[in-house]
Amino acid sequence: MTEIPLTTDQLSVTYTGDREIEAVKGVSIDFPANTLTTIIGPSGCGKSTLLKSLNRLHDIQENVEIDGDVLLSGDSVYNTNVPAPEIRRQIGYVPQTPTALPVSIYENVAYGLRIHGDYESKADLDEKVETYLRKVNLWDEVADRLDAPGAELSTGQIQRLCVARSLAVEPDVLLCDEVTSALDPVSAESVEKTLRKLKSEYTIILVTHSMAQARRLADEVVFLYLGEVIESNDVQSFFEDPQEERTKTFIGGTTPVDRDDTPAEQTATPPAPDGSKGSTAGDDKQ
Amino acid sequence: MNRYTTQRLFGIAVRAAALLVVGVLLLVIGVTVVRGGGVLLADPSIVLTPPGSRYMLEGTGGFLHAVLGSLFIVGPATIVSMVAAVSTAVYLQSDYSSKRFSDAVNMFLNVLWGTPPIVYGVFVLTIIIATGAQTSLFFGIVAIAIFQYPIMTRYTDEALRAAPETVRESTYGLGATRFESMRMTVRAAAPGVIAGLVMGFARGIGDAATVLFTTGRSTRMPGGLFEAATTLPVLIFDQAMSFNPEVRSHAYAAAFVLTIAVLGLILLSKLLAGRYARYTPGGNR
Repeated sequence: MTEIPLTTDQLSVTYTGDREIEAVKGVSIDFPANTLTTIIGPSGCGKSTLLKSLNRLHDIQENVEIDGDVLLSGDSVYNTNVPAPEIRRQIGYVPQTPTALPVSIYENVAYGLRIHGDYESKADLDEKVETYLRKVNLWDEVADRLDAPGAELSTGQIQRLCVARSLAVEPDVLLCDEVTSALDPVSAESVEKTLRKLKSEYTIILVTHSMAQARRLADEVVFLYLGEVIESNDVQSFFEDPQEERTKTFIGGTTPVDRDDTPAEQTATPPAPDGSKGSTAGDDKQ
Repeated sequence: MNRYTTQRLFGIAVRAAALLVVGVLLLVIGVTVVRGGGVLLADPSIVLTPPGSRYMLEGTGGFLHAVLGSLFIVGPATIVSMVAAVSTAVYLQSDYSSKRFSDAVNMFLNVLWGTPPIVYGVFVLTIIIATGAQTSLFFGIVAIAIFQYPIMTRYTDEALRAAPETVRESTYGLGATRFESMRMTVRAAAPGVIAGLVMGFARGIGDAATVLFTTGRSTRMPGGLFEAATTLPVLIFDQAMSFNPEVRSHAYAAAFVLTIAVLGLILLSKLLAGRYARYTPGGNR
């Protein structure tokens, strides 16, 4: 669908709360169009922070500073007059926890279309809702109860609903934050199946800590460690012929912490950027 | 003592505590229902009859004036307070306000919540005296609204705080503006917000101290916004102090009406909240 690659240019993200922590350090990566790129790395390495900085989701948090830039088809995401909601519409985001909006199944998918006014008539809206529910293999399971609350679906179904909801606004890029980590194996498999089906049509960036999942799904792999990109390559080369010592250690099943000169405190989790307003930990779950 | 004996004793103690609470509640409701219900059954018309000219002395007529007074004061007060409370809570929990500011405001709200209602009554009385106005329905509305505001705000704030952060993230991730995202968060918090509104109404309709000095304790039907009025709790106090046994018996009937109104409201809020809870994330809890 899109030919537009996403690029980061010396992107750094710093949490400036009680302690200053640079969670992402000068990352420059290209995300090729119509491929699924996984960002892998141990917990607390800055994967989710990097992901959220790609569509300015950190703007809604306090105490986060961004340096460098993200380029969507060559246009700056940060140094622009385009409002952040328009950018987030082009770069969609599916959170880690499967979350149905507190409305019906139908309205969950229709939500984005409604806020952007992306439909001509009720019939058009109906058709779009069906199209996107079919894209995530959910239509057959919910066609007879579209008016039921989204929250009544199973977690696996809700996660697919979240993907459908994100696709409905027709983003150029889809960011998925460990979208299967909260699911049982059967539900995770159905979400993976959906992503596999979608990856030829969309530019998908998937954060995961599961190497097995990266192997199964990815076209490209980015290995992030302590906020830095250690290695980035196509999936086959990455797993079969890793270039970096730390990649080999990580693939070998251990965290390469001993081999790094970084002081121990930098491995700590960044603080939740906005404390009591819910704990969107700025990073992966610990 | 054996570990299992300790466990058993603790079980007995907590059950006894729960039983005590339920027992007291049942006793209060029971006495009100039996005594007030008896009076009401004998003459149900007293709720819908305006008071006679010598009502407080001879018990002629009924207490419709207080029923209407309560509704006319607490109804508008709740609406005013609700708008202010929901707006404040939304502001505090939205991305328009910093966390530090919202924490500071919450501390003030907690202090306000803990302030005895009579203080609000005296505060409004001071305004009445300073402006040379008279006690009236209007100042009752003002006093009750001020009294309800911190209660409703804290409830709404807590409900919004408990709404899943991922609802916010999801809506932003779809390109929602702060306003659109906030609307969805309020929807996710709807059961808690409704509970707060009903709690505010129930506290408002049951409070005597705030309206004691501000509405004028009228024994006539409410005549207008700036006319004196009375409410059920104030009337109950006055009736209970009466030397006339019939007037005193009306106090139970009025208490019965008040209790039923509050119970009915809480039931209604449960039903409403239940309907919304189905839609909230994790709504099958």
